[in-house]
Amino acid sequence: MSADATVSVPRLDHVGRVTQGRVLASEWTKLRSLRSNRLSLLAAAVLTIGFPILFAWIVGSRWEQMTPLERARRQPLDVALSGVGIAHIVIGVLGVTVVTSEYSTGLIRATFCAVPKRLPVLWAKAVDFALVSFAAILPAVVIAFFSSQAVLNRHHQILQISFTHSGVARCVVGAAVYVMLSGVFALALGAIVRGTAGGIALFAAIFFVIPPLVDVLPASWSNAIGPYLPSSAGRSMVLLTHGPHDLSPGSGAALLCGYVALALSLAAVLLVRRDT
Amino acid sequence: MAAKSNTFGRVIEAVGLTKIYGDKRAVDGVTFTVRPGVVTGFLGPNGAGKSTTMRLVLGLDAPTAGSVTVNGKPYREHRAPLHEVGALLDARSVHPGRSAYDHLLALAQTHGIPRSRVTQLIDLVGLHDAGRKRAGQFSLGMSQRLGLAAALLGDPSTLVLDEPVDGLDPEGIYWIRNLLKSLAAEGRTVFVSSHLMSEMSQTASHLIVIGRGRVIADMDTDEFIRRASKKVVRVRSPEAAKLRQVLAGPDVTVTQLEPGLLEVTGLGAAEIGDEALQHRIAIHELVPEEASLEEAFMELTHGELEYGHADQPASAPASESTPRKAA
Repeated sequence: MSADATVSVPRLDHVGRVTQGRVLASEWTKLRSLRSNRLSLLAAAVLTIGFPILFAWIVGSRWEQMTPLERARRQPLDVALSGVGIAHIVIGVLGVTVVTSEYSTGLIRATFCAVPKRLPVLWAKAVDFALVSFAAILPAVVIAFFSSQAVLNRHHQILQISFTHSGVARCVVGAAVYVMLSGVFALALGAIVRGTAGGIALFAAIFFVIPPLVDVLPASWSNAIGPYLPSSAGRSMVLLTHGPHDLSPGSGAALLCGYVALALSLAAVLLVRRDT
Repeated sequence: MAAKSNTFGRVIEAVGLTKIYGDKRAVDGVTFTVRPGVVTGFLGPNGAGKSTTMRLVLGLDAPTAGSVTVNGKPYREHRAPLHEVGALLDARSVHPGRSAYDHLLALAQTHGIPRSRVTQLIDLVGLHDAGRKRAGQFSLGMSQRLGLAAALLGDPSTLVLDEPVDGLDPEGIYWIRNLLKSLAAEGRTVFVSSHLMSEMSQTASHLIVIGRGRVIADMDTDEFIRRASKKVVRVRSPEAAKLRQVLAGPDVTVTQLEPGLLEVTGLGAAEIGDEALQHRIAIHELVPEEASLEEAFMELTHGELEYGHADQPASAPASESTPRKAA
């Protein structure tokens, strides 16, 4: 109602340059200010903890009825890390949408007007998302390990394994690293595809559809290809014992990092070249 | 062409700017300069290439040919781009789940602009009660205000605004007009697009008119209006052919609508009457018809639209005397 005739825009004393650090802060604001992002991270953490506790309780209460063979097949870490798969999906979907939602809402134009060189935006999104997903999943996996062990301990002290037992700590931390890296991979896929549906479909294809297809191939083929898939490379970080065709945890981690670097490089090239 | 001698400070300068999508020439060899201190209107019908040109200015799209600079440099090369140019491209360039405050904060942080500036601008554009609300709940008018706050965040010397009054209520339109004029009066370069001639005539003092991707006029608004809204007079006379010869002149166009009925552009009814009397030509009817600004603009750009169907790219440059059609 106040029809003020002159509108005066206050001057700004100092305007800084765009730096990578500032873009990191900006992307951090974007990440934390969406309720859907906060809920997704919370859901990933809760499921990572909740499933192992549930499975520990089921295994513990059914232990008496299980055959010796079944009992022998149960591995304590399988129970402790049973929530990682679902966290993997939640973080992957979130990683895709961190980029694609900017395209679907048109925000990307405002973003690129502020940072016209564009690449700092991709790096900042990747780093912020890696940090936040690792920070959400690592404590969750640690809590999942100890709480599922505690539940199993109450039931006849079954399936006990020490955190200091060789490889256990590596598996627990490796699970968080695997989820984090595939989240960043998904983010790069989102930047390549630019559409939410396409990005999620591609992520699901690479991690959940192609691996079982490779298993169907003749053994000589699947043994040659299988271990080098992103999903196998990631899984090698969470395996306590490795078969003859599995990569070592170190090589698996390195290979998955390579896939992430490749996807990010492709995303970077396309990001600079394409119109918005 | 390449002489960029007078590239001083705050200007947008496009030279031979061209953008081709597939086989469509969205922007076709556009050359223009936007100067500081005035509101420059960028006028053209929907689909004429206004938004594409603005995206090219901001480096969002890469030109197929030609170049465009802002304050002497391509937009992408500026180190503090928000301080050079504030842009409003699409009122909905906001994530609906984010509050106005967080949206502006994220943009401000890229340049180290303090939080106090964000609150200051939210107040300035009249969103203080809605600053913490999610942007998805905003009306179009509120979204436009948020977009303007984003554009002004870095205290830019140049503003590029695509259809800022689109969908606004009269109060909002009045507010934006004043804002644009104030910004220009402060010495900033204001480049604002619209498909509404009447809107531009009230805001802009200079006009760049675009149709089918080409610049068809680049002049002061007053001059454009004077030229565009030429008086048209219908004359009925038994000696139409003779009258036509008598009226002929450099700035006069005479069209025969039907036998005995002429349409004269460039002369007033009084002048035509006097001229006819001098040559003893009988006149049966003399009707002055003033083409409205909007009609004149439509006529100007309509001619451009029709050129498109002929397969001759950039052949005839449209002059201001587009052929008038019989009513």
